[in-house]
Amino acid sequence: MVNIMASRVRQKRIAQLVSRGKRLDERGLTDYRTVQVEAGLIERAEGSARVRLGKTEVLVGVKFEMGEPFPDTPNEGVLTVNAELVPLASPTFEPGPPDENSIELARIVDRGIRESKAIATEDLVIEPGKKVFVVFVDVYVLNHDGNLIDASCLAALAALLNTKMFNYEVKEGEVKIKPGYKPLPMRNYPVAVTFAKINDKLIVDPWLEEEQVMDARLTMTVEKDGKICAIQKGGYGYFTAEQVFEASKIARQKAEEQRKLVVTE
Amino acid sequence: MSQKKPEKLIDENDVRLDGRKLNELRPIKIEVGILGNADGSAYIEQGKNKILAAVYGPKEVHPKHLALPDRAVLRCRYHMAPFSVEERKSPAPSRRELELSKVMREALEPSVFTEYYPRTSIDLFIEVLQADGGTRCAGITVASVALADAGIPMRDLVSACAAGKVEGRVVLDLTDKEDKGGEADLPLAHMPSANAITLLQMDGMLTGEEFEQVVSLALEGCKQVSQVQKEALRAKYVVAKEAEAEKEEVEEGEE
Repeated sequence: MVNIMASRVRQKRIAQLVSRGKRLDERGLTDYRTVQVEAGLIERAEGSARVRLGKTEVLVGVKFEMGEPFPDTPNEGVLTVNAELVPLASPTFEPGPPDENSIELARIVDRGIRESKAIATEDLVIEPGKKVFVVFVDVYVLNHDGNLIDASCLAALAALLNTKMFNYEVKEGEVKIKPGYKPLPMRNYPVAVTFAKINDKLIVDPWLEEEQVMDARLTMTVEKDGKICAIQKGGYGYFTAEQVFEASKIARQKAEEQRKLVVTE
Repeated sequence: MSQKKPEKLIDENDVRLDGRKLNELRPIKIEVGILGNADGSAYIEQGKNKILAAVYGPKEVHPKHLALPDRAVLRCRYHMAPFSVEERKSPAPSRRELELSKVMREALEPSVFTEYYPRTSIDLFIEVLQADGGTRCAGITVASVALADAGIPMRDLVSACAAGKVEGRVVLDLTDKEDKGGEADLPLAHMPSANAITLLQMDGMLTGEEFEQVVSLALEGCKQVSQVQKEALRAKYVVAKEAEAEKEEVEEGEE
């Protein structure tokens, strides 16, 4: 059984180490834990991927449905991101409707994909203004050991890159499925980099116990050309402007590294 | 609508649709203590935004198991009235509202000495009556004033303001139209005394250089907002106190 809370002594130790530039698991302050990406585990899904970030484990499945476009974007498909903090992933996760943590997680993943225009949504239109594909990205947290945001964003990207669309033709307003598949049209690859602030220092990829010690959290999502496409601050502490600028520089470098794990071009 | 020919948001003289300069805030008006029942309240108008904030507490926590032994719980509810936007919004809290409630709470909590009131709750309600972009920022600004009006000890006022990029230009305090038609929107909340950024979000696309410019401009905006907040509180408390003191002086003179 995992400890829900690190002991006071351990919390103090984590904080002390960070101020000396060290971490309990011997990582450098800006090092990620080992990342493992596996794509295509769920055959029933149009796309799927599992990311292991240290002991954190997130599975993302992509499904398609036909639906109506939003009235203000009649020529674009629809993206819907949902996140489930599945109770089997942590003793702190309770069954029930999504709480603010899972909503925030889903919205951060959503914002990265949406703002970087990662999916070519204009290619998902069947009949302009009437019928489009709705892409459901479902984030399923299987084991919570900290930094769910980066693991979820990476898994979502890997799952989208793994997604196959069936071929179809439209006959008299009816969609007919044809044999064969093509990949989901993607044109950008957003990657989130999350920082925790401990003892006034920034660390990358906090694990669970570091999250319990941190004053505040900052996520920067970076797209393929190094532009920042989404930011989210969390936690009850604060950042100075200098720390925010420092984070943006580190994020761009780290995102580049992480992206190579899922995008092979 | 994106299908129509897009309207130009900034003209050739760097003037925006509502006549503002690039680095100009919308006019802000804050009134303090306008609700009868709340322990603290405030109302803000920032351009077309009209937002009410009320504070109840510190008070007993319901349900009881949420109480914290070492500090007060700050609870925050950001909610938009169904008539506050163009198309009627369902009054049920949306995912956006739930997320904003969370980030606004996290933006305000660093300013409050919650450790002074263990086992209690401080409940904050933010009602958007009319929205025109930047409601989370205006909401934080007005909520911070309402907390001060409730007499809750605070490290500083939290001032919030958004900046962003519209038609390639860095601009301050985006309206709804500028947010939707622009390239990036970055809401930011700031406590000047500690140089602390307590809320930072962004959606859009910014290079590293642009990001620094936008953050700097938003911080400038926050400073101006902070002035308005202080004036509003002075108008209620200092002016009232001075009037009282004057009255006493006059009475003494008469004796």
